[in-house]
Amino acid sequence: MDMKIETLPHPDQDRERGPIINDFSLVVATANGTGSQTANLALLRSIFKLGIPVHGKNIFPSNIQGLPTWYHIRVSHEGYVARRPSEILIAYNPATLLEDVAELPPGGVCVYNEDLGFVPERDDLCYYALPVKELIATSEIKGKLRDYIANMTFVGALAYLLEIPLVAIEESLSYHFRHRQKLVDSNMEVVRSTYNWSVENLSKVDPYRIEPMDKTKDLILMTGNEAGALGAIFGGVSFVAWYPITPSTSFVDALREFLPELRIDDQGKATYSVIQAEDELAAIGMVLGAGWAGARALTATSGPGISLMSEFAGLGYFAEVPAVIWDIQRVGPSTGLPTRTSQGDVTFVYYLGHGDTCNVILFPSSIEECFEFGYTSHDLAEVLQTPVFVLSDLDMGMNNWMGKPFRYPEGPLQRGKVLSAEEVGSDPFVRYRDVDGDGIGYRTLPGNTNPLGAYLTRGTGHDENANYSERAEDWAENSERLARKFDTARELVPGPEISSMSDARVGIIAFGSTRYAVDEARDRLSHSGFSTGFLRVRALPVNGEVRTFIEQHEKVLVVEMNRDGQLHNILQTEYPDLATRLVSAAYLDGMPLTAEWVQARVLRVKL
Amino acid sequence: MKRATGRVNRIGLSRSEYGGDPSTLCKGCGHNSIASQIIQVAFELSLKPHEIIKLSGIGCSSKSPAYFLGMSHGFNSLHGRMPALGTGALMANHSLRAIGVSGDGDTGSIGIGQFKHLVRRNVQMVYLIENNGVYGLTKGQFSATADEGQGLKYAGHNPFPEIDLCIEAIVAGCGFVARSFAGDAKQVRSLLKAALSHRGTAVLDIISPCVAFNNDDSSTKSYGYGRTNQYPLQEIGYVPVAEEIVVDDYEPGELRVIELHDGSYIRLRKLEADYDAGDRIRAVERLQRAQESREFVTGLLYFDSSRPSLAETNNLGDAPLASLPEARLRPTHEDLEGIMRRFR
Repeated sequence: MDMKIETLPHPDQDRERGPIINDFSLVVATANGTGSQTANLALLRSIFKLGIPVHGKNIFPSNIQGLPTWYHIRVSHEGYVARRPSEILIAYNPATLLEDVAELPPGGVCVYNEDLGFVPERDDLCYYALPVKELIATSEIKGKLRDYIANMTFVGALAYLLEIPLVAIEESLSYHFRHRQKLVDSNMEVVRSTYNWSVENLSKVDPYRIEPMDKTKDLILMTGNEAGALGAIFGGVSFVAWYPITPSTSFVDALREFLPELRIDDQGKATYSVIQAEDELAAIGMVLGAGWAGARALTATSGPGISLMSEFAGLGYFAEVPAVIWDIQRVGPSTGLPTRTSQGDVTFVYYLGHGDTCNVILFPSSIEECFEFGYTSHDLAEVLQTPVFVLSDLDMGMNNWMGKPFRYPEGPLQRGKVLSAEEVGSDPFVRYRDVDGDGIGYRTLPGNTNPLGAYLTRGTGHDENANYSERAEDWAENSERLARKFDTARELVPGPEISSMSDARVGIIAFGSTRYAVDEARDRLSHSGFSTGFLRVRALPVNGEVRTFIEQHEKVLVVEMNRDGQLHNILQTEYPDLATRLVSAAYLDGMPLTAEWVQARVLRVKL
Repeated sequence: MKRATGRVNRIGLSRSEYGGDPSTLCKGCGHNSIASQIIQVAFELSLKPHEIIKLSGIGCSSKSPAYFLGMSHGFNSLHGRMPALGTGALMANHSLRAIGVSGDGDTGSIGIGQFKHLVRRNVQMVYLIENNGVYGLTKGQFSATADEGQGLKYAGHNPFPEIDLCIEAIVAGCGFVARSFAGDAKQVRSLLKAALSHRGTAVLDIISPCVAFNNDDSSTKSYGYGRTNQYPLQEIGYVPVAEEIVVDDYEPGELRVIELHDGSYIRLRKLEADYDAGDRIRAVERLQRAQESREFVTGLLYFDSSRPSLAETNNLGDAPLASLPEARLRPTHEDLEGIMRRFR
């Protein structure tokens, strides 16, 4: 066998730089449908299991087979997880190979499949060629499955190049194949043989290394969708209706995985019901029906589904029915970029429904918060008797993130103002009367045995007694009460998380998954002597703390992944007197924001 | 709530206690008659009002849940979306019995998808269609059940074939499909009673003439004209006060020709006593034939109780999901710790 190292000259400064340990990004470029995800996730979890902070982002096409897909793994001993350019490329996709190589920075590393006929041209990179066909020729696995296992060759080569212990890879494969040893063995066979081949045939010349740490020992690695689904289950969700749509499908997949495990009773009966609806109109309709009848109910969808749900969302708001809607945002309008991330549904969801409508929104920005909002969303929906939206995004929902093990919910489920038959008593029950001054009436559930407790819920104009009414006063009063209820929500929703620096003249407001790019950008800025404050909005409507934060800074940059600056616009409307302090930093191209971008935008703020 | 007056049933309620608000539908509308049959049946069966939910979409028909069973919860929802709402409500509490009221527009046009999927899932509810072939609230457009070739003052000529909602129900897998006429109180009551005891979706398509807008002037439905109450287009806001059309009891196999308010006729034929309601193919064939001869066959068209209801398919226990205590809803600390270990 020939030497497989391309001994092209590479810059001396790399050698002078010394080893770069636990601080790099790598990207695996493959074609969709070739089964690379197992290899990618095995690599990710191996690094995690070695105690090193790590995060993976799957940049995948809306396609079943053939289109290019990239898996970015960021290894950071400092714990940063935002997207950044990769120094190491695993080039296994002939369609994108040249472009992928062109994107590498000087001194970058290119591990490529030699069978693709690629001839290295850039002389500022380190190349490692792998004879993939030859490496899997001896595998016991035959036929089509052999292609799948071919991806294990780069895992084996990286085990050698980055010094990842094979035992960590085996453990990760065992995790992914749920301890089905036969599958683990056949994959490990390829990993091991490529590793051995690499030891004999590759000379390590690049500086990137893995070194075990102890920074992830107490952490978990999970997707936001899995975390949200678990949160909902620990919040007692009993009814789920949904229609498949990327990137929310894995949210329901997780529910369907964990519900049978956690919610089958002693008699073998389910204490939950999951229905795959005929469309999103039906999904939200079923959820409202269940919420009205007293069960905790949710649906999970994405932008196009939200469009279809707007009719029922308006009914839910107006008829005051609890429901939880997870919107795992993707790029729109229209079908848009179905597999790319976005924060583009903020304005739409906030005002979803015709007429005067405003909705409660939660913005989780970590797997811990996906879990927490998974159950608090149901508390809020029932306490406020209204649909509550949880806006996650594809990046948060479908990718694996590190987090602390979830804390068990404190306190009992908050079921809101629901009257039993006894509580209805003998006085006439008035469904929509604002008895407590918080805009929230008392409700009864179907099945309430007190004959005075029944009422007809409707989306048409109604008076306090829920009777049909076209009286002008009835409409205006009811509408004012709903606005009052929304003000009550301000103090009930999770408040913002604030990180202040006393000398900061610039503040940053962000929400959801962009917080990681902001965190990293702030650290960089701080190292160069530029202080910033940071307020992370966790819910809408906002409360007074947001005003205080804006007042404390000369300018406040509102960072978000959309074109029009949607949260920026909402905040300007909310605080017109502070509108000129708010500077929009909005951008959307389907890729998660980077710290570099945020940093540049902060430095552009004119004080 | 209305106080008990006169005769009471097994659970001590009078007929009037099953009543609702006064109807705001037109005088003589078939829908009012159906509402009063629901009241009568609930009274006769001694149904507990709190065990019933009333559901509807949007339209004249969908207003009617306000007019019966005032001591039962109800939800007047969105146009064509009552099936979804009902599915969720009945999964949350499958101990409830649901009476859904829809119309031909609500079911046959905007809601046909949800209708077919409700039936397909076999959600346990009585699904009433108050079918008049016309949109009343928007003043007289054709619905999808309007006869092909029919003419309406407002809408002109209908070039499209009618959708037979009973056929749609049967092909979607419905185990209880019946048709009746609003003016045939006795048949409506007996079919309602049967529908209420069906385990699954029971579809009851009730021809319920519109007094205001089914102003058919070409009368393809039937053979006669003789319109007496015709009113011109420009006076469309004028709705004549009409008497409700009733049909006296007629025998199985018999044909009855009913004159509608606009002078047109419909032909009702009661299914023969020996009709086999267990044959799905024959039921569809029978309905197709009736359509060709411009007749409405009435009675129980198809019955099959073998399919499990959705609650059974979903393996629900006896206790409704909505009434489960926290201990059965929220998994334990140990459950959470176990899952956390898995993601380490």
